[in-house]
Amino acid sequence: MKKEIRLKCHKIMGGYGEGEALVSKEPICFYLTDPKTGRVREKGHVLEGKSIADKVLVFSSGKASSVVQIDGLYKLATEGKAPKAMIAKDVETVLVVSAVIAKIPLVDRLERDPFAAIHTGDLVKVDADRGTVSIIKKT
Amino acid sequence: MHLTKDEERILKGKSGEGVQKAMELLVAIGDALDAPRLIEISRAHAASSGQEGDLYFVELLAKGGATCKVPTSTNPVYDMECFDKLFNISPEESDVARRVKEGYKQIGAILSWCCTPYITENIPMYGENVSFSESSATPFVNSVIGAKTNREAAQSALAAGVIGKTPEYGLYLEENRKGTMLVKVAAALKDEFDYSLLGQYVGKQIGYGIPVFTGIPKRPTTEDLINLCAMLNTSGAISMFHIPGITVESRTVEEAFGGNHPKDKVTVTEHELKETREELQTGKGKIDLVQFGCPHYTLKQVVDVARQLDGKKIHKDVQFWVCTSATAILLAERMGYVDTIEKAGGHIVADTCIDMTCWNRFKDKTGMTDSPKCAYYRRFKDVIVAPAAECIKAAIRGAWQ
Repeated sequence: MKKEIRLKCHKIMGGYGEGEALVSKEPICFYLTDPKTGRVREKGHVLEGKSIADKVLVFSSGKASSVVQIDGLYKLATEGKAPKAMIAKDVETVLVVSAVIAKIPLVDRLERDPFAAIHTGDLVKVDADRGTVSIIKKT
Repeated sequence: MHLTKDEERILKGKSGEGVQKAMELLVAIGDALDAPRLIEISRAHAASSGQEGDLYFVELLAKGGATCKVPTSTNPVYDMECFDKLFNISPEESDVARRVKEGYKQIGAILSWCCTPYITENIPMYGENVSFSESSATPFVNSVIGAKTNREAAQSALAAGVIGKTPEYGLYLEENRKGTMLVKVAAALKDEFDYSLLGQYVGKQIGYGIPVFTGIPKRPTTEDLINLCAMLNTSGAISMFHIPGITVESRTVEEAFGGNHPKDKVTVTEHELKETREELQTGKGKIDLVQFGCPHYTLKQVVDVARQLDGKKIHKDVQFWVCTSATAILLAERMGYVDTIEKAGGHIVADTCIDMTCWNRFKDKTGMTDSPKCAYYRRFKDVIVAPAAECIKAAIRGAWQ
């Protein structure tokens, strides 16, 4: 059986979500994704062309104007193309509001550096209500 | 976050569903960002956008019976009376914008539909706690006026306007209002446009934090500061800055840093401004559209445009649009400048943002603007970014250079 690593975290938006991890050390602007597919449209972004739909998104922070950021995540959610859960390194007001409005579980303050603990392709379970993140490494 | 008995009652829904939803959002933010309590605010600005996420939340609150407790102004959507006819916009297409406008009316907001309310319809004073979203509004209110706000979302500012309170964290606390980064300016900053480039460059370089500018050659105008604010908070997420001796919370560089030691230093010369300008360009030659007013043009800027267009004709293949506030239009009309712009073949419109679906008809076209923010959110294909005077010349000629 594969080993599961369980880490503590801090809940921002409650709920549970699991899926394949998609890691971005760059900040993300949800407005610059395609709501029909979940693909990142932003030119030159480390995730350009990749879909964030149904993933557990591990990223440094949000970015861009407050108006578009929330609308971006809300549209992804109404199209069913939002991430299952999100793990952020730094959070600010706009990211909190985005997660609450779109009802996507969001946590921060993972007890280890998220970029060291999680890699794209790992299976990650985020239980925001209990404040835990479980990681099963990709083999 | 600690809540008073009254606040608990609101959170439990004892005062209705609308205020409950507003309180839930404020509590989520307070808990996430370790605020100890809610504090009172005196006014708010909701960066309403006429987009779906915006509609969802304002309807949720309005239908739940919430009304604004403190004056709460609203951002532009678009002037439907003007565009629906002119651009043949279908009722289905304008449905979201129409419902957003109804929602904010129902909730008792100030229907300013303007992104620079801090100089016209909703002006904070020094030291006030407020809740202002919108890119130019947050840094302007903090830095130029010296009122206090965090970098709010439209929804958190609306929730704060409805409750009359906001979580106490971030820039409400004195210790978080000091400089974190030194920006040495060694450029002439000859016009409003150069302030846009300065904001664009510095925002991109530092991303986050509180820059302290030195070497600003002369006292900036209101318009210079609006442009600097808009760009610092578009290419970066900068909610506050100091220009010692000019912005209100510091007279000297030492006071601006308040004992902080700047982590880093950025130097801006003419070279950086020139490079920043070059990076923005994607188009050349023939132009189809000129868009001014991102952020909304002030009355002074409207007058400047009208004077340059006086007696001239805009090229027949160029659409020329100035977006401004309802207040500025009223005065410009009275002063005869609306007439001047229209006689030259241009349009001037209130209540309208350049990032709205009504502009999608230009999606294959080349546009020209004096605003790097407009370029970033543009609804047209290729862009040329230049000072307003150069945009006006190109509009008359029908082409850029």
